[in-house]
Amino acid sequence: MSIFIDQSTKLIVQGITGRDGSFHTKQMIEYGTCVVAGVTPGKGGQTFEGTVPIFNTVADAVAATGANTSVIYVPPPFAADAIMEAAAAGVSLIVCITEGVPVLDMTRVYPYVQENGARLIGPNCPGLISPGKSKVGIIPGRICTPGPVGLVSRSGTLTYEVVYHLTRAGMGQTTCVGIGGDPINGTNFIDCLAAFERDPDTKVIAMIGEIGGTDEQNAAQFVKEHMTKPVVGFIAGQTAPPGRRMGHAGAIISGSTGTAAEKIQAFKEAGMAVAQRPVDFVSLVRERL
Amino acid sequence: MDIHEYQAKELLAGFGVPVPRGGVAYTTEQAAFRAEELGGSRWVVKAQIHSGARGKAGGIRVCANEHQVRAAAADLLGRRLVTHQTGPAGRVVQRLYVEEAVTIARELYVGLVLDRRAERVCVVAAPEGGIEIEEIAQRAPETILREVVEPAVGMQPFQAREIAFGLGLRGGEVNQAVKAILGAYQAFRDLDATMVEMNPLAVTADGHVLALDAKMTFDDNALFRRPAVAELRDYAEEDPRDAEAAKYGLNYVALDGSIGCIVNGAGLAMATMDMIKHAGGEPANFLDIGGGASPERVAVAFGLVLSDPRVRVVLVNIFAGINRCDWVAQGIVQAAREVHVSVPIVARLAGTNVEEGRRIIAESGLDITMGDTLADAAMKAVIALGDGGTGGSRLAREVA
Repeated sequence: MSIFIDQSTKLIVQGITGRDGSFHTKQMIEYGTCVVAGVTPGKGGQTFEGTVPIFNTVADAVAATGANTSVIYVPPPFAADAIMEAAAAGVSLIVCITEGVPVLDMTRVYPYVQENGARLIGPNCPGLISPGKSKVGIIPGRICTPGPVGLVSRSGTLTYEVVYHLTRAGMGQTTCVGIGGDPINGTNFIDCLAAFERDPDTKVIAMIGEIGGTDEQNAAQFVKEHMTKPVVGFIAGQTAPPGRRMGHAGAIISGSTGTAAEKIQAFKEAGMAVAQRPVDFVSLVRERL
Repeated sequence: MDIHEYQAKELLAGFGVPVPRGGVAYTTEQAAFRAEELGGSRWVVKAQIHSGARGKAGGIRVCANEHQVRAAAADLLGRRLVTHQTGPAGRVVQRLYVEEAVTIARELYVGLVLDRRAERVCVVAAPEGGIEIEEIAQRAPETILREVVEPAVGMQPFQAREIAFGLGLRGGEVNQAVKAILGAYQAFRDLDATMVEMNPLAVTADGHVLALDAKMTFDDNALFRRPAVAELRDYAEEDPRDAEAAKYGLNYVALDGSIGCIVNGAGLAMATMDMIKHAGGEPANFLDIGGGASPERVAVAFGLVLSDPRVRVVLVNIFAGINRCDWVAQGIVQAAREVHVSVPIVARLAGTNVEEGRRIIAESGLDITMGDTLADAAMKAVIALGDGGTGGSRLAREVA
């Protein structure tokens, strides 16, 4: 088993003809993801690489292919619109890779997505992968392998770093989810933890957080109250100064809230194991399998 | 992006928020002219730097005649103000704002922020203003009022009234405060702000409600559609290296240490800084060169990191996911030759084609130390400082 995506995932790529969209569509197809359609307004009727039909609208794409998932690679000014289009078309899982979406757009978009009964992952995220089954987004498939670890992270390359260590140590993954580094995003840590708790194949969860906001603290509370499976946590940004945005729009310590120390303390109080370094996940996860 | 107080007040006034009359001045002469232009008998000369707590740092002067205005302006212009928000280096005052002085009866706090947990804009207010909200939250959290705004319908007048009455305002003050709060929300939404603060929102002795100080912060991701806001950027307030980095789409934040960092990805960049600290060193910067890590970007990154004279070692940490290490290695070699690096380089490459990448660096003839893992690379960077590294030995013990 896995969470959110598997062999039944039928994927639409919004922005399939763009630079990033076309590159990563090829990567996803190569990995074995079932890409059923692309959407680029004005290019309906064409095909991508001679195999994937392109539609003008997401509604057309869904009607023609029965797609249930969409991944978005459109530029930031159009991302909010693209997310809402997918939600309105009845897509149940929407993954927005785009970095740089205005945050006030997200305050309007996310309630709309929820009203339409869809799940949003991102924006500003690497997407997700259920190794051996399906990959939606940009996580490099070759560093992952099937296995019993569920992984959820706010980061991209730091996720790769941890997955790489786990895979090399022989510990594969059910699903790796990058939820994104923006201050307002769709699916959060708690959503992923709950899904991993329900997934019979996931035995241990690795959770990679960073400074800024209180999502990790809320997640720690959830672990304490609702999780029976062990969760190993890590927080990036222990040396980050307050008040400065560390790359990710959401990675900023405001006043005295959002510090790494505060989050690590919350993890410990929830009975979670805390990795001091990315490589420490290897021993901490292994002990709990 | 932050802007100055006078700019925030100008923007807010455009949305109907009442503010005192005032004018900006770059010289003593202009300050005196502004005071005369405003008329009256008392003025406030305010240093314009991107920081709060300017009063405590001596950046706000009340003046009762033209001579005092000139003296205050002459003293403030060019002065380095240090507040807890500027850090020990402080900021040099280059602009002043001369404002009519008002007699304050009450000071309130009103701020609009993005509430990450509610995923909505939220108005935060407190009956005690003129001090920082963090301090109020510590001392009298029960006095803080909050109204969450539904994004689909926007802020409603009843919400602003609830705040106004909750703050204990009465009579004509209520409607003035409602106007200020609704105006501030409009400005927040229409200009893509992430924070608007009126602190204090003051009630004057003659019953007027005015934003005596104003602060606005904007969403960098939305500046593309707010050109008028983008123009308010004051580069003098920013670290020149941050601005240089922004030009190339790199995320750079200057820190105080001696080990320069070049990393792809924000999370990994933070983790790299943490590992340096863990190994007993201090990072000189945060730098995310993005997923691509092309040779050009690596070269720009080297130039940027080395422009900090405190940097004595450069640590490059690249996890090539979609990329290939051989390509990144070529970038490092090219950059090291072009930029003429005079300090030790420690590089750690992982991911696709890592053997090929290592071979390219080994055959380049450049003096680059390779790290196997992030921890190993961080330790080698600390050792390369040549301090006799307490940190290095500490980590060596842990590794052993």
